[in-house]
Amino acid sequence: MFSLPGLILLGLFLILPFVFAIYLSFTNQKLASPLPVRWVGFDNYHRVLTDGDFWRAFANNLLFAAVVVPVQTGLALWMAILVNKRIRAAKVFRAIFFLPVVVVMTVAAVIWFLLLDPNRGLVNGFLGAITFGAVEPGWLQSTLWAMPAIIIISIWQGAGFQMIILLAGLQDIPQELYEAASIDGATKRQQFFYVTLPQLRNTLIFVITITMILAFRLFDQVWALTRGGPLNSTDTVMVQLVDTGFERKQIAVASAIAVIFFVVVLSLTLIQRIFLKEERS
Amino acid sequence: MSTAAEATTRKARPVRERSWPTYLALTLLAVFFLFPLVMMLASAFKQDAAILPDSNSLKAFIPNPFDGTNFQDAADRADMWILARNSAIISIVTVIAGLAVNSTFGYALARLPFKMSKPLLLGVIALTIIPFQAVAIPLLFLVSELGWRDTLYVQMLPFIASPLFTYLFYSFFLAIPTEIEEAARIDGCGPVRTFWQVVLPLAKPAFATVGILQFLQIWGEYLWPVLVTTDSSVRPLPVGIAVFYTQPPISWGDIMAYATLTVVPMIVVFILFQRWFIQSVARSGLKG
Repeated sequence: MFSLPGLILLGLFLILPFVFAIYLSFTNQKLASPLPVRWVGFDNYHRVLTDGDFWRAFANNLLFAAVVVPVQTGLALWMAILVNKRIRAAKVFRAIFFLPVVVVMTVAAVIWFLLLDPNRGLVNGFLGAITFGAVEPGWLQSTLWAMPAIIIISIWQGAGFQMIILLAGLQDIPQELYEAASIDGATKRQQFFYVTLPQLRNTLIFVITITMILAFRLFDQVWALTRGGPLNSTDTVMVQLVDTGFERKQIAVASAIAVIFFVVVLSLTLIQRIFLKEERS
Repeated sequence: MSTAAEATTRKARPVRERSWPTYLALTLLAVFFLFPLVMMLASAFKQDAAILPDSNSLKAFIPNPFDGTNFQDAADRADMWILARNSAIISIVTVIAGLAVNSTFGYALARLPFKMSKPLLLGVIALTIIPFQAVAIPLLFLVSELGWRDTLYVQMLPFIASPLFTYLFYSFFLAIPTEIEEAARIDGCGPVRTFWQVVLPLAKPAFATVGILQFLQIWGEYLWPVLVTTDSSVRPLPVGIAVFYTQPPISWGDIMAYATLTVVPMIVVFILFQRWFIQSVARSGLKG
């Protein structure tokens, strides 16, 4: 009886549409179309997997993940270590670093849109001033710099969240380990590599997996800022999915993308489980 | 004596780090995380015509000439108060309903022994893997067929029950000692009363945790409202900002005023309940 509302809602809004997505992906269903629905087998999958735009989007997700996962996790770990020190104002800094997390992504996007304007933006104003005008990228208007811009915005918005999770992990490390290490003459650097990192292992695996999954879900900031452009340079799997299913109304093809996407996320999660299992045994 | 002396000397000279490099690093990071928000605030209170000429220098951080009309403009152009009302209704109703549904489900999985609870728990864990985006398009098709588009409830219903939040409640309830509930049962409380009067007061931190995480998620939700709404009478705040891009003239003062009003309620809530925010995020990481 206690579980009934939850079961019904999960069934209706998660399980049913997911099963429906799998079914749709084998048909030729379109949104708001009078054509009769036909079973088309693996046609949609074939179409998606041979589509250059899809692979371009997938490669962008991989690129995004390859930069954001190490950079953001590293930055978050550094921030967590800094605010974990016994210094005054640590809590104030912790709050400041977390602040962008409560900023809605679409709002973050417009603020950065102005900051990254190639001619009038503050970022190029600053870069131009310190390099005497030598480095002034075109950011969102440039095929080369649009992805780095999306990456910077994402890190700005997300690093605080990971910092808090890593901070909780840091505070769980028994202080005696550091005392023992420093009695044995370990330097700060050695303490970091031989105490902090191994003790944080599970937290780090969790943070890295979550960041990887979020990297594959990348959508909001791209949709709000570039819609995948210029020239597909910021296109992602999720942008492809919404573009195909919603703008072009081909929900069967979009469902095939959704199923492929699910398989990728599932594999990432299983990889995490395997790593965590090793640790436990 | 000698041991006491040793103890004091050891205490007296801890490995003292110089603190200025730490403060320097903290300050540089704080600048990186704060400057976009300061720019937003300053521009919101600045005369529209002064924003772009100032935007590539330090003047971007000074609201001069000071001007409050952007807020009125933004409100008029984007139906901002209606959108804010929609956002508030959607978020508050979803979070309250979500807390009720996910906590009871989590409690059932943790405590009430029934035949299917083990496979059900595994099922819930498996469901956490399905991202909302993967079901958004078929769900859009379903709600279109039902004629549910352009309503407030279609923006709430899919987000009430959540396998992740159910799981967070489940692990919280599992950690509460069973003796208290057994005592309540011996005193003649049924499962509903036990849950309401005995378990709920103990579970306040779990409710705060899940409530905050869910509120953050709903308040910022963008994809689903874009898909299911076309009318500003039901749209939430994050979607409304597009009006300023798509309809000329592009007025940065209006945009920043709108951005400020979308963000400031969350920032105020965050500052007031900072401890809870931090704890809730930290606890969400314990899943790993």
